[in-house]
Amino acid sequence: MCKLIRMDHTGHSTLAEWTPDDPVAVQDAVAAFRTQLDRGYLAMVSTGPGHAEQVRELPVEAPLVILRLPIAGG
Amino acid sequence: MPAEPRVLGRDFEVLPETASVHWRPRVTEDRLRRLGRLWTLTTAAHVVPFLGAAGLLLWLNPLTVPVAVMCVAHAWIIPELYAQRGANVLRAHGRRAAEPERRALGLLGDLVGHDARDLLTATGLVVERGSLGTWLVGEAGALLLRRRRVYCYCVRVDMRLPGASELPSGDRVAHLLLALRADEHGFATVANLAFSGARWRLRRRMRAAMRPALDAAVKDLDTLSSGER
Repeated sequence: MCKLIRMDHTGHSTLAEWTPDDPVAVQDAVAAFRTQLDRGYLAMVSTGPGHAEQVRELPVEAPLVILRLPIAGG
Repeated sequence: MPAEPRVLGRDFEVLPETASVHWRPRVTEDRLRRLGRLWTLTTAAHVVPFLGAAGLLLWLNPLTVPVAVMCVAHAWIIPELYAQRGANVLRAHGRRAAEPERRALGLLGDLVGHDARDLLTATGLVVERGSLGTWLVGEAGALLLRRRRVYCYCVRVDMRLPGASELPSGDRVAHLLLALRADEHGFATVANLAFSGARWRLRRRMRAAMRPALDAAVKDLDTLSSGER
């Protein structure tokens, strides 16, 4: 089961869960993904130990997609 | 319409936040070295005149000892204040309710390895090996360790955005960690350099509870260095 989660005040919220072979669930996940990107979130996927990649389209095969807010110098 | 499946790990994308600091040159190995030298020169420019003045006063008249001592104290205090500024980037910014903190810590724990998870629980900091050196990531800042020098960066979730101030501490660390993993050089470009100097100077200014994390990062750096030899 793949998951789209957003880091927020609750720790994190699961916004969508899907399996790549379920087109309806994928469609819902894509819609949730795009809504969050429109709200200013950035989507990240781990690509191995110590590596992550920003994604602009939902990678439907990725087991975990994490939404984060942008960072800035303090 | 479902998204087109994409293959991960093939595209490298610059951290989008670098657009907000477009005037800054992207951080590279050379630029880090230059910045380090500049910090050393700045420190020397603060310390040497005071020490020189102290020596001169004593040479002119031994009765000026109190003034000379004050000069030496200034020469000692100024680098310490800079180091304190560096240590402040790791300062914790308060915890939220227990449940969000637990969930955030769980997610962060999944992002890091077993050893890093234990250290995170004990110190609130994550050790992360990068191509520029070894990083120590906190809630609102990060240290970059390179040989005997440390670079202290002030960087955090953009607080102007809705919901940013309500994030649990674990999530704040996870935000920085993911950005760092996506584009290390971009991360260092976005972050503000608060201090660069000797490791020992910074260690003394860090909270005692956080020092084991610095020690672990130094150990990782040593492992990295010995592996390169």
